[in-house]
Amino acid sequence: MTISVASSTQPAHLSAETTALLGRLILILLIAGALTVVDPGFASVSNLLNMLRQASLLFLIASGLTLVIIGGGLDLSVGANLTLSACLAAAAIKTTGNPWYGVVVAIVTGTLIGSVNGLMINRLQLPPFLATFGMLWVAQGVAYWFMAGQTIYGMPTSFRYFGTGFLLGVPLPIWIMLAVCLACSILLHRTTFGREAYFMGANQSAAFLSGVPVERRRLLLYMLSGLTSGIAALVYLARLNAAEPGIGEPLLLPAIAAVLVGGTSLFGGSGNIVGTVLGAVLLTIIVNGLNLLNVAATWHPFVNGAVVLIAILADLVISQRRSGST
Amino acid sequence: MSVVSQPAQAPGLAFRLSSIPGAGVLLVLMLVLFTIANPRFVSQTNLVNVGLQTSLLLMIALPMTLIILTEGLDLSAGALLGLSGVIVAEALLAGWGIFTSCAIAIVISIAFGVLNGFLIAYLTLPAFVVTLGTMGLMQGIALVMTNGDPVGGFTPAIETFYRSQLGFIPTPIIVAIILYLALWVLLYRTRIGNYVVAVGGNKDALRLAGIRADLVHLAVYVFGSAIVGLSAVLLIGRTNSAHPTVGIGMEFEAIAAVVLGGTSFEKGQGWLFGAVLGALAITVLRNGLNILSIDSSLQVVCIGILLILALLIDQRRKQFLRQAA
Repeated sequence: MTISVASSTQPAHLSAETTALLGRLILILLIAGALTVVDPGFASVSNLLNMLRQASLLFLIASGLTLVIIGGGLDLSVGANLTLSACLAAAAIKTTGNPWYGVVVAIVTGTLIGSVNGLMINRLQLPPFLATFGMLWVAQGVAYWFMAGQTIYGMPTSFRYFGTGFLLGVPLPIWIMLAVCLACSILLHRTTFGREAYFMGANQSAAFLSGVPVERRRLLLYMLSGLTSGIAALVYLARLNAAEPGIGEPLLLPAIAAVLVGGTSLFGGSGNIVGTVLGAVLLTIIVNGLNLLNVAATWHPFVNGAVVLIAILADLVISQRRSGST
Repeated sequence: MSVVSQPAQAPGLAFRLSSIPGAGVLLVLMLVLFTIANPRFVSQTNLVNVGLQTSLLLMIALPMTLIILTEGLDLSAGALLGLSGVIVAEALLAGWGIFTSCAIAIVISIAFGVLNGFLIAYLTLPAFVVTLGTMGLMQGIALVMTNGDPVGGFTPAIETFYRSQLGFIPTPIIVAIILYLALWVLLYRTRIGNYVVAVGGNKDALRLAGIRADLVHLAVYVFGSAIVGLSAVLLIGRTNSAHPTVGIGMEFEAIAAVVLGGTSFEKGQGWLFGAVLGALAITVLRNGLNILSIDSSLQVVCIGILLILALLIDQRRKQFLRQAA
């Protein structure tokens, strides 16, 4: 459409992104402030850490998705990928008794599913929406078939540390979130690969004509998305202490919502990973607040939907005001 | 690119034969295979059953075709199906008549269609995100209204309607056929149909031609929601109860059906009958695997593979047609 090539490097765009991020941060602080007034227990360190831990689980799935979406793609298989990776990893840990086999299995499974997605889109030229949608069904179905109605529970304590442990007083999943966020940030903003990902998302044919190896980059993006799903599967498994084929299904839409609420455009070419962290925190804080206010769980989908709509409307207002002033 | 001034024509027979979508090819293959595997597959009871399942899927897939033709998407259709059913059920329980209850549900469905359409057509927000958000709203309202439990115990008239037959053909199939014919006329025999296709092909050109493209775009969503709201009546007739979550996932199945039938997400290229083929392919696959007593989880895998296979066939077919031209 437009030729906003590598728009992320333009100063005007950077400030727009910063405004959007600040807006989210202020929104989070406002909600947190309001919740603290309602219930001082909200601001307790343990509750805040607990909330961040929940947000980190959501973020881990959404992080790879953010990379793929920035590169102009979409990965609907992240939730199903998490399910299958977690189930296979749980089985590996149960049968061998060695947690490291589980780690390897989850990471290999996740990355493998990501590679197949990338290859389908590259080689068979399928639209990402449909290729990963097909993969969603395949992975989900294989997980159900593999588990055959069973639940695998009771992971070794050493493995559970991934989900329940603390490092320097901070839950380990939060450290993992920070590490993944930092890695993604460096990848996106400090490497040629990241620059090329934005370029591909903004204008794929221009990127191709400028010599970006689009297919190889795309394959790598989907592999990264699969990898983060595999990592998320491990953290989920360690946290839940159980694997069943239903765990990943309800996570797909919140993950997409976290990416979009974080300000990453579904059309690719713009966005950033810090936004996704804020998006995940925002969605989690709202659920936490609803629980605090004793709002029935049946309201959660409604509120999540409203947050998604408010976020895109807010972006629209911000972008229109800016284009009006210049 | 798109034809604005000239009426869009129903695809000619030669064109149709040269462009049978992947779903059509797979459908024929499956019919042959399942019949050989188990002759019970072609019994009248089973075929009627397949038709019944297909007709429910089509009630979402047919309006979805129009939406996808405009390069849009409606992820909220499944949630609306659940919500609308719950509204009908609650209204019936509250003592309203059947027609009033249905009217209330349809008015609310239309309101949500207006919301979707306004955000997508007038504010140019991405359909994927908008309908993801409204899906949450609808799902939430349905859950809150019912506290997450199924609603039942209302007048059996709706179930009677669902179970009624014309000859040996169940009413839901007839409803789906009427809907198909109505949409066919709308899409291929009226000017509005041309506009719908043109919104997907080139909305700006349509606007420049002096047509209220935004309004047409909005109307597609309103129309789609109204039909989904109406079809909820059929769905609650099946079990004589309304489940707030019954439609979840059906929007994906409907999208799969439309795409299996060869309608593309780009540039308003598509074919209404493709949705019928796609929906049939999905239900036949499910039914056939059931008859072969294949594990239900492996059926899900098969649908995923079927989707990818059909897309592949389409890809090759289009390449072939391009080379031939």
